[in-house]
Amino acid sequence: MKTLQTDIVVIGGGGAGLRAAIAAAEADPKARVALVSKVVPMRSHTVAAEGGSAGVIRPDDSLQNHFDDTVHGGDWLCEQDVVDYFVAHCTEEMIQLEQWGCPWSRHPDGQINVRFFGGMKVQRTWFAADKSGFHILHTLFQTSLKFPSIQRFDEYFCCELLVDNGAVRGVLAIEIATGDLLLIECKAVVMATGGAGRVYRQNTNAGIVTGDGMGMAFAQGVPLRDMEFVQYHPTCLPGTGILMTEACRGEGGILTNKDGHRYLQDYGLGPLDPWPRPKAMELGPRDRLSQAFWHELQKGNTYETPHGPAVNLDLRHLGEQKIMERLPLITEAARTFAGVDPVKAPIPVCPAVHYTMGGITCDVNCATPLPGLFAAGECASVGIHGANRLGSNSLAELLVFGKVAGESALRHAREAAASGSTVAAGVQRLGDAAAQRVLGLLNQDSGDRVATLRDGMRNTMETNVGIYRDGKAMQEACNTLADLRDRYRRGVKLDDRSRAFNTEWLSAIELGFTLQVAQTMAHSAVLREESRGAHQRLDQFNTRDDEKFLCHSLATAQGDDAPSITHGPVKITRSQPMARVYGGAGTKAVMT
Amino acid sequence: MSTEKRIQIECLRYHPEQDKEPRLQTYDVPYTDDMSLLQGLQYIKDHLDGSLTFRWSCRMAICGSCGVMINGVPSLGCHTFLRDLGPGKVRVEPLTHFPIQRDLAIDQTDFLRKLESVKPWIINQTPKKPSDGANRQTPLQIDDYYQFSECINCLLCYAACPQYGLNPEFTGPAALTLLHRYNADSRDEGTAERMAVINGENGVWGCTLVSYCSEVCPKGVDPARAINQNKINSTKDYFLRFVAPRGASKG
Repeated sequence: MKTLQTDIVVIGGGGAGLRAAIAAAEADPKARVALVSKVVPMRSHTVAAEGGSAGVIRPDDSLQNHFDDTVHGGDWLCEQDVVDYFVAHCTEEMIQLEQWGCPWSRHPDGQINVRFFGGMKVQRTWFAADKSGFHILHTLFQTSLKFPSIQRFDEYFCCELLVDNGAVRGVLAIEIATGDLLLIECKAVVMATGGAGRVYRQNTNAGIVTGDGMGMAFAQGVPLRDMEFVQYHPTCLPGTGILMTEACRGEGGILTNKDGHRYLQDYGLGPLDPWPRPKAMELGPRDRLSQAFWHELQKGNTYETPHGPAVNLDLRHLGEQKIMERLPLITEAARTFAGVDPVKAPIPVCPAVHYTMGGITCDVNCATPLPGLFAAGECASVGIHGANRLGSNSLAELLVFGKVAGESALRHAREAAASGSTVAAGVQRLGDAAAQRVLGLLNQDSGDRVATLRDGMRNTMETNVGIYRDGKAMQEACNTLADLRDRYRRGVKLDDRSRAFNTEWLSAIELGFTLQVAQTMAHSAVLREESRGAHQRLDQFNTRDDEKFLCHSLATAQGDDAPSITHGPVKITRSQPMARVYGGAGTKAVMT
Repeated sequence: MSTEKRIQIECLRYHPEQDKEPRLQTYDVPYTDDMSLLQGLQYIKDHLDGSLTFRWSCRMAICGSCGVMINGVPSLGCHTFLRDLGPGKVRVEPLTHFPIQRDLAIDQTDFLRKLESVKPWIINQTPKKPSDGANRQTPLQIDDYYQFSECINCLLCYAACPQYGLNPEFTGPAALTLLHRYNADSRDEGTAERMAVINGENGVWGCTLVSYCSEVCPKGVDPARAINQNKINSTKDYFLRFVAPRGASKG
């Protein structure tokens, strides 16, 4: 097995990973940074983010507003000190990207323009048409090319963290093209592998979003926090789940049911007028809008498409010019994938899984409880999303905490070097053992197909741990997942037992991670006996219970068994929980 | 519900450990009218043959992973629909002009090297810091480079480019387009540094203006225009060399 030494390994080449690598390279050009990604970085799922990224810039906005919108949006399950750090650093990161070349949309005088998103008091979302993630990712990737200390390992699949004497000492990766194994010894690892949306069937996430980093950290005893909070985005194409950005509504798009009625007014988001106004109707938060869809479905107010029930996302009144200027990507996507021209007809939409609020537990420095392991981006739970993420906070998170993670990892690597801690002798042995495990998957000649187990997992999660949940259904999901994991352990049958570019093998490894992540979601959900944010129950626990559940869920691995779930405190500094209210009276907003 | 139809997807197969040369294998795939070719390949992978190898990720024509030759035309698998290809047989091959890694997956490293060679980042003589505040850039100034920044690096244009087929050293459409994207950006001061790539024998003069690159681009980027624009810049630069030591500056 090939072995190499470096200072920092960044796993994942999306927004958070690239930002971390650049931060480390800028802080110390001599530090060796290995950027390891299972896809070439510009293919990462950051590329598909559409609407934009938050950063206070208007004179009528404030950091306090951004803090309040985030904490209220998260139903008070945010770490408030971390949110303070976050909102204070978003804008400088947006400016940094601007200086690196990101083509943010502008006012006619050349100043940055910002748009509304749901749950926002004042316009705060920096955007590049509706290709914000695409431009952010390509700007970061292209900028990263100027740093010689960043050594890229494109299309290398990380499969295990190597932990010796209680600290991270390296990672084991597969070079996808050849199937050869590579052991990278290091002093610190930044996990930046993205979310786990592919635990579910219908979702906005790319095929690569399989929770690998969460799985790798979890396997080393790092708790996954708040995993029951899975965000459904309210406006996606039925079947494919392709995202119709929240910016559609931020620009003035409306939602109607099969009778043309703007149904959100019936679910605590009204009254209708004056329209538009912040935090009301279509500018409400994602959890409430997805829940309203579910109620409309129960009432028979949705209509059928070949891929399930839908409501209308209507942009027509915005006019062709504004639609093409502000929303070109989703217009093209609606035309191609739904056969609907948004200029001329409403787009059929339904909720689909979009984002994992929870993730690898870490503090404001992105440090996890495992020495040497840092985490940033969707795979992390740094504490800013709580029970429901505010739209446009996730791109900002990649940048703010990507940078923090890169700098923290560098500091840790320097300290490890200064303390004379050389690479542990045991790392080679750990690498060999990990290699045996991963190669063992290729020797299996009986068992289920990857797709069989994967689809079983996705269906049970969608049916039983969806927008609305009850104890019985969630328990059923737990049982099904235990069975699927047991079958996985007994062996997955691969058609392909070769080494070079064996994507079936990689899917089998991913499935191992995803099944464990699914278990953390289902088991955390069962034990949260209340309703909060994106976790809504239909049984007796259908209201928020701050007495018992103003706390984080922590899922810890128990080997082959289901995870253990414990609860831990939430950091409240200055915003005490209150009723989470949207809609109501307000003044009409001027759209920018 | 749409009725089920069937299509024969003929895929090029090549395994570097097992095959001396590529071969073709046909799969019979049921489909509905809203299925993309990519979904057809996924059906094969999940149900018929787990060894078929291809790249994909976003399924919505933005990540640039799933470029293949479909009946000889460079296309994104996710953006091409089986209804437009059936009934009968469709042939799917890896993007031409690139070495095959396995089946439909090509080796992208040559492009990544070329991308890096054009210095695709903002170059300022005095680097700026966030505390300096955002640059001003009017929508008209953005128009100068915006369409060239929309390249998703899917490499269809390289498969379309006859020059790249003849001379693999040619910098090629996407990389030259991104070079132009930064040169045309009012915030950038790196034009002179990129001139060597433009003027070099594998720079813009390698292009013979067939323009097939612009035709196959799934994002409406116009590489041929970017390259042609730089032939003008290159000519200007050639003459300005007689009066200015580092070639033409922006504008």
